[in-house]
Amino acid sequence: MTVNEKSDNNFGGASVPASRLVSSLAPPVDTSLRVPLLALFGGAALWLVIGSMLAMIASIKFHAPDFPANCPWLTYGRVQPAADDALLYGFCIPAGLGVALWLFAQLGRAPLRGAIVPVVAAKLWHLGVLVGLAGILSGNSTGFAWLEFPRAGSVILFFAYLLLALWAMMNFAARRERALYPSHWFLVAALFWFPWIYPTANLFLVAWPVRGVVQAIIGWWFAGNLLFVWLALVGIGTAFYFLPKFSGRPLQSYYLALFAFWTLILFGTWCGIPPGAPVPAWMPVLSSFAAGLTVVPVLAVAAIAWHTSRGSDAPSLECGVASSLWLEKSAHRADTTAHCEPKGGPFCFIRFGLMSFVLSSLMFIAMACPRISRVTEFTWFGPAQTQLQLYGFFAMTMFGAIYYLLPRAAGFELPFPKLARAQFWISMPGVVLLVLPLAIGGVEQGMKLNNLNITFMDATKAMLPFLRISTIGLLLILLGNSLFALNIFAMTFVWEKSLVKKVFAVVTAPLEKSSASASLRRDQGEVEA
Amino acid sequence: MKNGFWIFLAVFVALGGSWCGFVLAPELQLGGAKQTTILNSSDVYPIGRPGEANQGLSVYRANGCAACHTEQVRQTGIACNVELMDAGKNPEAVTNLISSLVLTNLTKEVANKAADQITAAGGKTEIHIVATGSDIARGWGMRQSVAEDFLHDQPVQLGSLRAGPDLSNIGARADANWQLLHLYTPQSVVKGSTMPPFRYLFEVRKIGREPSPDALKLPPEFAPPAGCEVVPTPEAVELAAYLLSLRATAPLYDAPIAP
Repeated sequence: MTVNEKSDNNFGGASVPASRLVSSLAPPVDTSLRVPLLALFGGAALWLVIGSMLAMIASIKFHAPDFPANCPWLTYGRVQPAADDALLYGFCIPAGLGVALWLFAQLGRAPLRGAIVPVVAAKLWHLGVLVGLAGILSGNSTGFAWLEFPRAGSVILFFAYLLLALWAMMNFAARRERALYPSHWFLVAALFWFPWIYPTANLFLVAWPVRGVVQAIIGWWFAGNLLFVWLALVGIGTAFYFLPKFSGRPLQSYYLALFAFWTLILFGTWCGIPPGAPVPAWMPVLSSFAAGLTVVPVLAVAAIAWHTSRGSDAPSLECGVASSLWLEKSAHRADTTAHCEPKGGPFCFIRFGLMSFVLSSLMFIAMACPRISRVTEFTWFGPAQTQLQLYGFFAMTMFGAIYYLLPRAAGFELPFPKLARAQFWISMPGVVLLVLPLAIGGVEQGMKLNNLNITFMDATKAMLPFLRISTIGLLLILLGNSLFALNIFAMTFVWEKSLVKKVFAVVTAPLEKSSASASLRRDQGEVEA
Repeated sequence: MKNGFWIFLAVFVALGGSWCGFVLAPELQLGGAKQTTILNSSDVYPIGRPGEANQGLSVYRANGCAACHTEQVRQTGIACNVELMDAGKNPEAVTNLISSLVLTNLTKEVANKAADQITAAGGKTEIHIVATGSDIARGWGMRQSVAEDFLHDQPVQLGSLRAGPDLSNIGARADANWQLLHLYTPQSVVKGSTMPPFRYLFEVRKIGREPSPDALKLPPEFAPPAGCEVVPTPEAVELAAYLLSLRATAPLYDAPIAP
């Protein structure tokens, strides 16, 4: 432990001014994750920017349908799914896994061993995303929503996930703090969730396709479990760790969190089959019923967030003393006493993420209600909900978590902390400008489609102004994502630079020594002579 | 929730339940589905798509057409229309009776009563069952989509967004020539269309010794430069064949209509 800390100081001191160092205060648990996290988040930041660029290209088609009409790689039907998958598989999942790795090490007070494996797995994951996106853009999509990646990409992703999850679970098993914190339940459940749903969907839809409409049913089951349950498990698990840290109050309360966990996994997993689906009636009925019950965990999470963050108005002096988790005060003392969170920092992201979670989940549940679905089904209300869930809730929560944990894991501060704060004030209005017009326009579009006095063309044209406003939202999101990527890339660069310096120092050191000994020998020779 | 095993058990119970419900059970119920017969007929449904149309489905998939188009029709219910087939021996009385009755969009009982009245007056009637709802009224199909419609599709392209119209019945609405023109320049056949053109599915080339018989007959404002012609690639032809094969008209036991 002390060795680690020491070497860390030396390393940090060589690269950045001492005033910007956190490393002397960060426990070694953090720094054991430096390389895997930089690998996971670096690639994720790249896909985040590429994904929002693709989304911009798709959105421009609503201003000019002719825009690159001669290029098959950039047609709307390929770019739009590629943008969605770049956000989900490129950013959300690796970011979530990275945060989970850090949280396990942190909560269990166990440094990550064999960090090379998660580094390789992270590179493998991002390779899988590259293969998958190239597949979609070149016309080799599988044709199933959220599962568009062709076979080669999916196989790589699956094995990369297994490696990352395995290492996370080994770290979990080796934890020194044996008691479990609520975040543990959510994150461990998420780790198990994906290796079950992803192969199921790939085997039954792509490898040995089932017949007819069963494909659609399994596709909906997969998408519901990935987009609603997996993202909720990881996002809420993360938020439950940070809420008490920022507010200085323990999580309110353990039993409500346990209740939210159980109801979320029991009800949420049945959601996703739309009420109007051309399948036997029991399936949409069951799915809508489960979606109705999912109100329970969503409200429970809202109550937990409300009661826990009410303490955030406490004077910031208390922050250091009280912001340890209720479970293990000592575990985080080093961390929390050293670092009192400013109000405008990562907390903004996580608070906004939680609000988006509640809102997007309520939209999701509303769409499962047959009466509302009759209006909103097949309209832009659906994409609005998805974007709020993926970006407003999950990505924003991850931004907050990464801005908080990456400086601790890397051992030095963010290169551009002001840009991190700026990102919130760019991405947040971006989400609002993206989601709000689509949601309002979607409801209007649905009502117009049900009104036979309005032609389809008029209903579609009425949607265009809303779509064009959402382009502005996408532009802001692209800008915000670039700021995020800038910080992450600069961090990777600073670390690589210090690594090069360290290597240089190691390489040059023996040379000096040997030249010194050579001169010594020469001296001796002279003496002998 | 003391350790990882209990969390694993929770996941196993929750996800295992929905896996049995929404993966295993649908496969058991529908995985072995066979063709059905069309109502009041001995024809089987659906017959597989012809080869070219089947290849067209993979062009449809590769270009992500389902990002904007659905292939599923909804209906709100069914209604009965009473239609006079033969006025009989006393046409005036029957005509007078009919002008005093409402004969469309009725419930079954009211339709039967009206049909009985007309029969009593000497006319011959038939009761037609039709589907109702805005999708039907827009001509997107004659009935709601049901599981049987997708029996042979691989992959099933239901879609989830109507940025463009539903395509379940596009084969009954337009011919192959219209499809090709629409793919090349949507605005040439649908004024104000927001669909992006798929020009990369066509080849603009110099006219050879004589014009190709397959060349598109474009309106002047969309025509290529003089001396050139627009010829669909095989992919475009396959896609058009697939679109032509999309028809949602057969009455089935699940979705009875009697037009």
